Amino acid sequence: MTAKMIRWAAAALAAGIALTASIAVAQEEAVEYPLLKPARHEWSFAGIFGRYDQAQLQRGYQVYKDVCSSCHAMKLVNFRNLADEGGPGFSEDAVKVLAATYAIEDGPNDAGEMFERPRLPSDPFPSPFPNDNAARAANGGALPPDLSLIAKARAVHRGFPWFIFDAFWPYQEQGPDYITSLLAGYQDPPEDVTVPEGTYYNPHFINGISLRMPPPIDDDVVEYADGTPQTKQQYAEDVSAFLMWAAEPHLDARKELGFKVMLYLIVFAGILYFVKRQVWRDIAH
Amino acid sequence: MSGHSTYVPKTAIGKWFEARLPVVRLLHDTAVSYPTPRNLNALWTFGGILAMMLVVQIVTGVVLAMHYAADSRVAFHSVESIMRDVNWGWLIRYLHANGASMFFIAVYVHIFRGLYYGSYKPPREILWILGVIIYLLMMAAAFMGYVLPWGQMSFWGATVITNFFTALPFVGQPIQTLLIGGFSVDNATLNRFFSLHYLLPFLIAGVVVLHVWALHVVGQNNPLGIEAKSDKDTVPFTPYATSKDVLWIVLFMIFYGWFVFYQPNFLGHPDNYIEANPLSTPAHIVPEWYFLPFYAILRAIDFNIGPIDSKLGGVLAMFGAIAVLAFLPWLDTSKVRSGRFRPIFKVAFWLFGLNALFLGFLGSVKTDDIILGAQAVVWAKLSTFYYFAYFLVILPVLGYIEKPKPLPISINDAILAKSAH
Repeated sequence: MTAKMIRWAAAALAAGIALTASIAVAQEEAVEYPLLKPARHEWSFAGIFGRYDQAQLQRGYQVYKDVCSSCHAMKLVNFRNLADEGGPGFSEDAVKVLAATYAIEDGPNDAGEMFERPRLPSDPFPSPFPNDNAARAANGGALPPDLSLIAKARAVHRGFPWFIFDAFWPYQEQGPDYITSLLAGYQDPPEDVTVPEGTYYNPHFINGISLRMPPPIDDDVVEYADGTPQTKQQYAEDVSAFLMWAAEPHLDARKELGFKVMLYLIVFAGILYFVKRQVWRDIAH
Repeated sequence: MSGHSTYVPKTAIGKWFEARLPVVRLLHDTAVSYPTPRNLNALWTFGGILAMMLVVQIVTGVVLAMHYAADSRVAFHSVESIMRDVNWGWLIRYLHANGASMFFIAVYVHIFRGLYYGSYKPPREILWILGVIIYLLMMAAAFMGYVLPWGQMSFWGATVITNFFTALPFVGQPIQTLLIGGFSVDNATLNRFFSLHYLLPFLIAGVVVLHVWALHVVGQNNPLGIEAKSDKDTVPFTPYATSKDVLWIVLFMIFYGWFVFYQPNFLGHPDNYIEANPLSTPAHIVPEWYFLPFYAILRAIDFNIGPIDSKLGGVLAMFGAIAVLAFLPWLDTSKVRSGRFRPIFKVAFWLFGLNALFLGFLGSVKTDDIILGAQAVVWAKLSTFYYFAYFLVILPVLGYIEKPKPLPISINDAILAKSAH
């Protein structure tokens, strides 16, 4: 009777699947963005022992300062952070000098008036526009997003089954991978594609075929003092690393503490295993 | 199994206390002398793991609340200041955010263990129903907690989920307005969710006390699903169960630590690092992973059934998928508890497990995505059908037509037979 039941159930299941398949109308599949998945890059901060590369963060800051910051704000990062452990490693004096080159409105003073003063290390990075509407007006209606968290706020889905492997062969660098591919990935549109007026074709863009940001970098637009090659690709990687640090400033501390905690737990688990065996030694179970 | 207490106070203080408040006796009976079946496997340690997770969530949550500000203008930034400027803030927040996921992983293992070994059957019906209530409270707490960082997914998730209530006829709209404190998700919503998010864990703790109390009255089930009959079938909780529980708690912490330290954002959604913006809807709104199977069931009902429109139908199916669990003790008609002795049940159970995972996957894709040659929503309908058929057709019918394998006479008997081989 049992075997009969199973056979019956299997037949029903097969019929169901066949029915489903026949109902499914071959539909035109919706276009998925980005058209090109971001390439995987080598990051010094990837993996269990990953740490930020101080020199790279400094170069990345330079690219951000010279290029990105003319349109993008970074409101959550303060000048003092540049001297924090696990960051670009500026000296405190250098940060003071750097911050003072920007002004900020403060006040009111004792006379009740607002005044301008040089920025202090405790002040945030300056924003290029006084408000979002001004930013839109200057950029053809598009708002350049704040970059403080952009490296954690952008990730291209890798889909099934990759997300399962990514959990255990750690991959948390989707953000910087995406940003690098986007910044270095502008190209001429294929002949049969017309992009909307005032936008630039980029198959790496997560939200369409083109975006309002013009290609921001090219070879030799930023001068590196340390002799690193001044290529578009290098700039893109350096600024992506910097943006990752801006979004996750305590990554070094996290991975360092993590190693100690995991080691402790694994040794502790080993001891507990033998404790358990000892306790249950004379009990069949 | 609750038996009579074996606690004897030895010290003068112990005797003084015993005459006034026998709390030491209660602890001794609960965590030391409590007889526990000797054949429990590692799946029985997940109760302890869940207790640990509840404590971790409450402790980290209380600390986070010291630094968090529930105001829609600053909430997002207060979370970022925890991540950047509060000492160890990044650790506490990642422990709490990933802790929610770990809590659900553990509770799903715990639930499926109960389903397989028939832990819901008499005399454990109340124990099981208390568990279903805890699970419901956990879902409410997790949903409200996810709203607090006030990111894009927080905001739009809250909008979608509170919108479910409007499907109910007559009372729906007022309930939704009351729940979100206005006509759209806003500061009032954030404030009441914060208040409730702080309250719910303590309600959970209260129901957990009842859950453990009920457990200690009826005793633990075990992989054989037969009651412990004599002292030979059991061992004292301490040191036997404790040594096993602590080992598995630490193993679970290794798993938890892996995500906290190396993959802290893997289980979250990148859009939640964008501040909530009521004027910009994300392209693809998805709930947290632990709600995905129910989200798939909700979206599977895209047709009207008589007077019930598709929206109400979806909401009813989704809540019904959880409510049906409470009736399980009476839906499963088989006298045999453990799946080990039920050949057909075993097949249906594993299909149910795979089906639940598949529903989770379907909840994560768009309804018109093509999966194995069919639209996701078509698969979701089939999967939803099996989900309910398992509870409403298969389990009631199997009790009558399935011929279970012979049960051992006692736990001790089965162990002796096993070690004789």
